[in-house]
Amino acid sequence: MPVDIQITKNNLDIKAAMAWAASGNSGCVNIFIGRVRPSANERVVRYLEFEVYSNMAQKELEKITNTAIKSWNIDKLLVHHREGKVDAGEIPVIIAVSASHRRDAIEACQYVINTLKTTVPIWKKEVFEGGEEWVSAHP
Amino acid sequence: MIVKILAFGIAKDILGHRTVELNLDDGSSADDLRAMLKTKYSALPEFMLAINAEYAQDDQIIRRRDEIAIIPPTNGG
Repeated sequence: MPVDIQITKNNLDIKAAMAWAASGNSGCVNIFIGRVRPSANERVVRYLEFEVYSNMAQKELEKITNTAIKSWNIDKLLVHHREGKVDAGEIPVIIAVSASHRRDAIEACQYVINTLKTTVPIWKKEVFEGGEEWVSAHP
Repeated sequence: MIVKILAFGIAKDILGHRTVELNLDDGSSADDLRAMLKTKYSALPEFMLAINAEYAQDDQIIRRRDEIAIIPPTNGG
């Protein structure tokens, strides 16, 4: 099954992700698009800095996509994630899942983004007006 | 034995470096190393350890050439 995992310093492309996931005979595509909030906790956010443990992040993403493939009847699965500086309003992550039926696409997409947040070794530092802080570094 | 440890996210700030070296008894487990790190760097939040880019089991024995990493709570996306 086609899977496209990328961790990149380049801007993410929603149209290209959609086009890749939508090719073929699928009946739907479910897409999750993250966005860097321009403000958080009453602070003006300038950008997020994403740090990635690359070897391990790739492996963990492969585990997640393998589980998704086994658990749902899906056609294509795309996970693109940014590394480095991502400005407010920009896109740090895209998950796109195509399937014959919506339930599989929606559930698989939810599973991928929820699991990505908890197991893939990626961290974000919020740089705001007047300071910076690792986000949720203290659970 | 001397082992090299990678630190990411807030752990890198607390340790002050991307990599540190620690002297560990032969036969030490991931749990032993975690306890040592907690004592040495008390400001560290809860964290996992990875050995060779996989989450470590508590009783996993550390070997000299292993790539060890401190994994504070992740939050990609």
